[in-house]
Order: sequence, then structure tokens, then C-alpha cells
Amino acid sequence: MTDATLQPSSPATAKVETPFQRFRTEFFESRIASGAFVVLVIIILLAILAPWITPQNPYDLAQVDVLDGRLPPGSEAFAGYTMWLGSDGAGRDLYSAILYGLRISISVGLASGVIALLIGMAVGLIAAYVGGRTEAVIMRVVDLQLSFPASLVALMLVAALGKGVDKIILALVVAQWAYYARTVRATALVERGKEYVEAAQCLGLSKMRVVFRHILPNCLAPLIVVGTVQTASAVSLEATLSFLGVGLPQTEPSLGVLIANGFEYMLSGRYWISVFPGIALLLTVASINLVGDHLRDVLNPRLKK
Amino acid sequence: MTAVLEVSGLKTHFFTHAGVVKAVDGVDFTVSKGEVMGLVGESGSGKSITGFSILGLIDQPGRIVEGAIRFNGEDIANAPEAKLKAIRGNKISMIFQDPMMTLNPVLRIDTQMMEAILAHEAVPKKEAWERSRDALGLVGIPSPEERLRAYPHQLSGGMRQRVSIAIAFLNKPDLIIADEPTTALDVTIQAQIIYEAQKLTRQTGTAMIWITHDLAVVAGLADRISVMYAGRIVEQGQTDDVIDRPLHPYTVGLLGSVPTANNRGERLFQIEGMTPNMLALPEGCAFAPRCGSASAACKVPPPVEHIADRELRCYHPQAQVAAQ
Repeated sequence: MTDATLQPSSPATAKVETPFQRFRTEFFESRIASGAFVVLVIIILLAILAPWITPQNPYDLAQVDVLDGRLPPGSEAFAGYTMWLGSDGAGRDLYSAILYGLRISISVGLASGVIALLIGMAVGLIAAYVGGRTEAVIMRVVDLQLSFPASLVALMLVAALGKGVDKIILALVVAQWAYYARTVRATALVERGKEYVEAAQCLGLSKMRVVFRHILPNCLAPLIVVGTVQTASAVSLEATLSFLGVGLPQTEPSLGVLIANGFEYMLSGRYWISVFPGIALLLTVASINLVGDHLRDVLNPRLKK
Repeated sequence: MTAVLEVSGLKTHFFTHAGVVKAVDGVDFTVSKGEVMGLVGESGSGKSITGFSILGLIDQPGRIVEGAIRFNGEDIANAPEAKLKAIRGNKISMIFQDPMMTLNPVLRIDTQMMEAILAHEAVPKKEAWERSRDALGLVGIPSPEERLRAYPHQLSGGMRQRVSIAIAFLNKPDLIIADEPTTALDVTIQAQIIYEAQKLTRQTGTAMIWITHDLAVVAGLADRISVMYAGRIVEQGQTDDVIDRPLHPYTVGLLGSVPTANNRGERLFQIEGMTPNMLALPEGCAFAPRCGSASAACKVPPPVEHIADRELRCYHPQAQVAAQ
């Protein structure tokens, strides 16, 4: 902790650095993290802007021409535009399909990440603050959940629920909430024992206020880290499920579906159908992970120089 | 003088797996308006638990098993949580030992001060802010407007303790419980903090319980002193009386172990033995095994004796010894 010593009554200290500003300076000190952050921002922008910057809407069957199928990168489509990354078996322009796929992959990852985070956070906070039997029951459920691999849980659920974006989000939430719950509980337990919580109770503040206003903000650092890493793993988990054919339907191709589609053509030399979506997936997951990794370095006081 | 707080027969026990820990075992004292009472004792003697019992903040597996805590005439021992919440931070507030830990690191000073006001009074935010600023000024913090915008890590330890004191005085409480508020500070800051606290109690008429293990601190600050040992108050009286003519052998020992200019170079007096295990207290007087004057009579718990306006739990008052 930097000891910003105070010269009494010096107006120069009037400009107070907020924790966020300090965090920002520290985060961008690392080149790798800054690079990963830039890549991530570009990927997200591409995904958001997909409808405006792609020549084809791969979901609109009227725009997809089977005659364009399996064209190598750089070929010209029947409609006249160039397919810089080639096309897949159904005649979808891969560049367009990848951007639309990113849209789905990222939004599925984010949605499931946010929902799992909210559920896990609430459950973990309750466990830590209430304690006793409630905590024991909650944490045994969490342990049980974590004793299964996330992919297995998600696979079983999707197999039972069927295909669809909402179902896959549900499956990912079920597979991942426990990680958040465990992290929040562990941090909240430590924070709960600290004197400022006792001091807040001595001020006569309500329980809700103590939990959400005092304990929760102090648990955010590890939560942000777990959140980014878990979002990356949600993206790759979704790709895994889609690749296995139990995730998203063929009509809404995510990156996993695209890779799976190209798989059968791999040995016939048509590498691009699988490889380009694969690179997109790799870049997305790696950049999120790198950002998350560096967040942990910055936010963990124990790793501070 | 009217009594703000009357504690009588307070017993707070902890029911652990290893047995019952009688952390506070029959404590009586009274604090009047504007009075500072020093509650002195070693670590583990139950002084902090006494403070938390008053606020009703005893965590499982502990609870108040017996006794009354009359605050402004009303018994608040085992009162419902809603009632205690209205008292905490409003009528009775607390100052903690470590100012590094008692302020929430992620909230700005103004947030933390204003919520202390807003938790008890429905006043406009602007007024809460102004009162916070004035309170900071009152404890001697320069340019309070700027400090209000600061985060705790931007303030020094002494500054943070001043903030804690300002928060404690914010709602003009009737009683403040200060739990070793100067222990974590260096000596010069300690003196300043004591000065501020003393000044404020005089100005506002707030009563104060100053919990400490440091007799030197309470000697200059408190009006009355209560000495605690193993969950009981063993001696109680006006500060001057207790310091000048200690009656209980334990008080004598404590005073003897304070280094002064008079015993420079000599070996410092030390009370023999260790603080007793709270799970297995000796029969009768808990101090007997460490006491030079102990006799067979000490196997029976000594009753409270009133000598002039002092209270004592001992069969062997040390007045003669001290006089020699």
C-alpha cells in the first residue's frame, strides 16, 4: 500500500487518485496485457459491428448460395464480393460467418458469465455472512458441483435440454456458478473478520448495507479475475459443446459449429473452413485469459512489488 | 451526576467445544455523564468483551447469560436487535484499536461518515456532509473538505484514528466505548489522540469507557479506573486513589511494572506466572496463584468490599504494604 503521506493543508493533494485510476495505470504498465486488451477490444468491436462490415448475413438463407460452397480463400462469390477467408460447405462466407459466430460465442460467454457471477456472488455472500448450517449446506452443494468437470455437467444438461442459445446459457450457468460462489465465500469470510465490518456494525448499519456496501466491494478484485477467466472458459466450453454437436444449431453457427463443419473437409485439403474459425476462437480465449491473468497480478496485493 | 450506564452482575460466557469460557463473570460498574472510566486489564481479561456486551455484539457461541446493562435507565442486555441497532453508532458508539483496519479501504471518508449519520437520521445529504466536515474539523484535521474526498489509504495512522473519533462523535452519543484506541499509534500521536478525546468529552458531556492495558494512559485521562482480571473487576475507584494507593495485589503489580524515572536502571517488577487459562480458572480468587499475599482464605471467591468510595475483591488489601 502506498503511503501517500499528507502534508497538512497542502492544496496540491486536492486531486485525489481514485483506486480505479491507480489500477488503470498499473494495468497498462504491462505490454502483453495492453496488447491482449487491444486485441480483445478489436474482437469485441468486430463482433458488435458484424452486420455492417460483412458482405453476407450467414443466417439469411436467401444470401447463402450452395454453389459458393468450399471455395478457397480469395475466391469470388457468385454475388460478386471476394471471400477473403473462403467459404464453408454450405456456401457461407467464412469472414462473415466468423464475425457472426464471434457475436454468438461472446454473447453466450458474457451472458452465462454474468448470470453465474450474480448467482454465485449472492450464494457465496449469504454463506459467508450467515454461516452455520446454511453455509455448510451451500458449500457442500458447491463441492459436489465442483467434483464434476464443468464440460461434463454442461454436456449432460445440454443433452437433456436440447439445442438453443437459452439452453446453452443455462447449462453454462449451472456448470460455472459454483466457482464464483466458492471465490466469493472465501474472500467474504476473510473480509467479514476484519475490523471495519465490526466497526460498520457498531455504527448501527443494517445487515444488507454491511454485506453489499462494505463486504462486497472488498471482494470484487478476486471476483473480477475469476469472472474474466470463467468467461473465457465459457466461450471455449460453448465451442466444445457446439463442436460436439450438442450446442448451438447449424442455422446459428457459433465458432464451435464452424470448426465442426470444416472438420470433415480437413483431410481433403480444405483447411480454411476449420482453421480460420479456430484462430478466431484462440485469439478470443487467449486475449481474455491474458487480460484476466494480468488483472490478477494487479489486483492481488500479495503479488505487488 | 446522572448515571449514563449502569452495568450490574454482567456475565458473558462463551460456550465452546472445549468448555464454557467465562470471559466476563459478574462485572458491575457505573459511568456518569461526562465521566471517563478507564477499564484496565491484561489481554484476555474480558475488557473488550465487556465493551461488546454493552453494544450487544457478542458473536456465537457467546452470549450474555446474566446481569443488567441499564443505559439511560433502560435495560438493554439481550434487547431485540432492532432496538440495539438504533442505539449503536447513535447513542453508544465505539472507537477501535487499529485505525488501519476500522475504515473500509474501498469507501471514501465522506461516504463512511455520512452513512453513519444517515443510518440514524433522515437528514438531507448536504447536511450530513456538512456535519461530517465539521466533525473532522473538531478533531483537528486540517482542510477537512479535502480529507472527506480521500480514501483511507491516503491518510496516516494518526489521521485515520482522528477520523474514527470524529465518526464516533458524529451523532452526539451519550457514551463512547474506546477499545485501546491508542495502542497501535506511536507515542506522540497517542498523546494527541488522548488530548482530542478528552477535549471532546468535556465539550459534549459524552461519557466514555476507555479500554486499555496501559495504566499510564488512563492515569492522565480517566476520572475513575476499573481493573479487570479474569473476567472480574478486582478493584475500582477514583483514578488518583487507585494509582496512589492501590489496594489489590494485582493493581500493585501492574503499577509496579510501569517503568518510571524513579526505578531507572533497576530490574522492573514483574507479576509472577501467566494469565490463567480461561477454561480452567483456579477456585476462589483467580489471581491467588500469582499473588504474594495469597492465603488459604483465597480458595473462596472474595466478595466485593466497599472501602470509602472504592470497591475491592480481595481479602488482603495492600494499603499497608504500599504505605511502607
